[in-house]
Amino acid sequence: MIEFPPGLILILGALPVPFLRGPVRTIWMLALPVAAFVLLYSLPEGNHFAISAFGQQLELLRVDGLSKVFGYIFLIAIFLGVIYSLHVRAIEEHVSGLVYSGAAIGAVFAGDLVSLFVYWELTAISSVFLILASRTPEALAAGMRYLIIQVGSGVLLLAGLIMIWHETGSIAFEHIGIESVGGVLILLAFGIKAAFPLLHNWLQDAYPQATPTGTVLLSAFTTKLAIYALARGYAGTEELIWIGAVMAAFPIFFAVIENDLRRVLAYSLNNQLGFMVVGIGIGTELALNGAAAHAFAHIIYKALLFMSMGAVLHRTGTVLASELGGLYKSMPFTTVFCIIGAASISAFPLFSGFISKSMILSAAAHEGHYFVWGVLLFASAGVFHHSGIKIPFFAFFAHDSGKRPKEAPLNMLIAMALASALCIGIGVWPSALYAILPFHVDYVPYTDSHVLSQVQLLFFSALAFTVLMRTGLYPPELRSTNLDSDWLYRRVGRSILQYCVQTVGSMHSGIYDLVVRRCKRFVEQLYRHHGPHGIIARTWPTGSMVLWVAILLVTYLALYFIDIF
Amino acid sequence: MREEQLKPDNAAVPAQKGWLERKENVTKIAWALYVVCAILVLLDFLIHRHAEMGFDGNFGFYGAYGFIGSVFLVLVAKYGLRPIVKRSEDYYDD
Repeated sequence: MIEFPPGLILILGALPVPFLRGPVRTIWMLALPVAAFVLLYSLPEGNHFAISAFGQQLELLRVDGLSKVFGYIFLIAIFLGVIYSLHVRAIEEHVSGLVYSGAAIGAVFAGDLVSLFVYWELTAISSVFLILASRTPEALAAGMRYLIIQVGSGVLLLAGLIMIWHETGSIAFEHIGIESVGGVLILLAFGIKAAFPLLHNWLQDAYPQATPTGTVLLSAFTTKLAIYALARGYAGTEELIWIGAVMAAFPIFFAVIENDLRRVLAYSLNNQLGFMVVGIGIGTELALNGAAAHAFAHIIYKALLFMSMGAVLHRTGTVLASELGGLYKSMPFTTVFCIIGAASISAFPLFSGFISKSMILSAAAHEGHYFVWGVLLFASAGVFHHSGIKIPFFAFFAHDSGKRPKEAPLNMLIAMALASALCIGIGVWPSALYAILPFHVDYVPYTDSHVLSQVQLLFFSALAFTVLMRTGLYPPELRSTNLDSDWLYRRVGRSILQYCVQTVGSMHSGIYDLVVRRCKRFVEQLYRHHGPHGIIARTWPTGSMVLWVAILLVTYLALYFIDIF
Repeated sequence: MREEQLKPDNAAVPAQKGWLERKENVTKIAWALYVVCAILVLLDFLIHRHAEMGFDGNFGFYGAYGFIGSVFLVLVAKYGLRPIVKRSEDYYDD
């Protein structure tokens, strides 16, 4: 049996990609995740691959229930992502996609904080190219903001890990908790990547700027890596329940008024992460299973939704709700796949979201968190509202925009079909997913009572949408910028910086003027006395020199004679 | 609809209303939804609910929660949030 980190298969496998062409490259890129998947499937639990560095033992392949389920889903995501992006010619997108996914998988199997840190930063650096590949000034600016924030998260992780290493003498990545300062710093690092409230806005800022294919990959890895890390290090930390509840609720208000449909999806991605964070905060076996299962299901349906919007962007050049509508006529397959993704994220029975999200809600109810349960139920109705209805409705139906784009390219359709099949498959046969969860599952999603409750909730949300639309109360889709927490650094922060630059600038020029004036005066005086016309530098005739020498000699002689006598 | 698919990319075609765009059909769909919602509420009488928290077993709880929650969400976003955060599209472009 081969014992090799599956993440490294993807990272090393990305290196020859620029030199391959045509079908060879296609086969190679598809074979990498398949090979890694087969390898991972064969690995038993335990630590399998250690190297020594910095005088420490680095565990690169810690296999257990939690890391395995995230490993599987990350490999499925990159496999779907590769198919979806086969038509892309830009080689850097393929390479950075493979390295990025490999880094995320590497991080999941990292058994110590140092290798986690290395992979953590590698995900940041490799993924930014998926944003920059859009080659627009907005994408460049958003990419740089993304990179600064992501690398900043890694720096916090490094600081925290050094403190923990110093305190405990161990760098093992196990439960961390928030009892120590280092633990709080690492929670902050994870929180940035998991898009905690107020630390979230890099997500809505950067993801909609990436290429149509890039966003699909971005949506899968970075935030779910953070969810994995939180589940490993902070399970049962009660503060996370409240953070998660806020995360599940507040982004949906922004999603309702957002016009860019990929940004709507970014807000709903944020909301879905909230459910997982609540599950981790509750920390019981059911809740952690729910968080892992929801991450698994979520990666597929969220990728599917981003794929459908990516196909629309690819064909029409826009994903603004105000510019779209009526696309179902010429993109029927994409429409159907989008609706399947929408049904899954809305947790309709027989779709994947239903069997995963309900575990978290049940866990919240079991543990007596009734208020949080209510918030999550509200968020469930809300996510149906903006992801379930708004996305397909405004893109494919609503008023006819007159656009008649071609159906999505074949490779995109295949990727969407596979993702749709997984969404339905997981929803219909949940036992396969339940079997690979970290803890034993004793949960039955399909009971009469539960199915009826969920269907009632969703149909009455749809009723609300219909009533609001027909009465004209639903807010119109407007071309606009909606401020979010990024305003703090893009406007307030920039104003403060500009003020500082001006103040320092004027101080600098004041001091400069003063010094230069003094120096000038000094040089001028020097010039006056020692310059070509200065008194000291005046030239004298040679005759006077000789005269003075003669006088000196005579004086000397005279003194010499006086001395003799 | 078949002819429309043969049109080139993005070519705007004269408004040719599909089945879904006719007003009477939209009304039909809306009525179908109203009927389904009514049936779902009535099912509460038939299906025994094992209410874990007590209040969630009340008649029509989930329906009311979904409807009121959604209306609350949309109206707060429209009248509460949008006036505060909405700026012109090129707000950050300078």
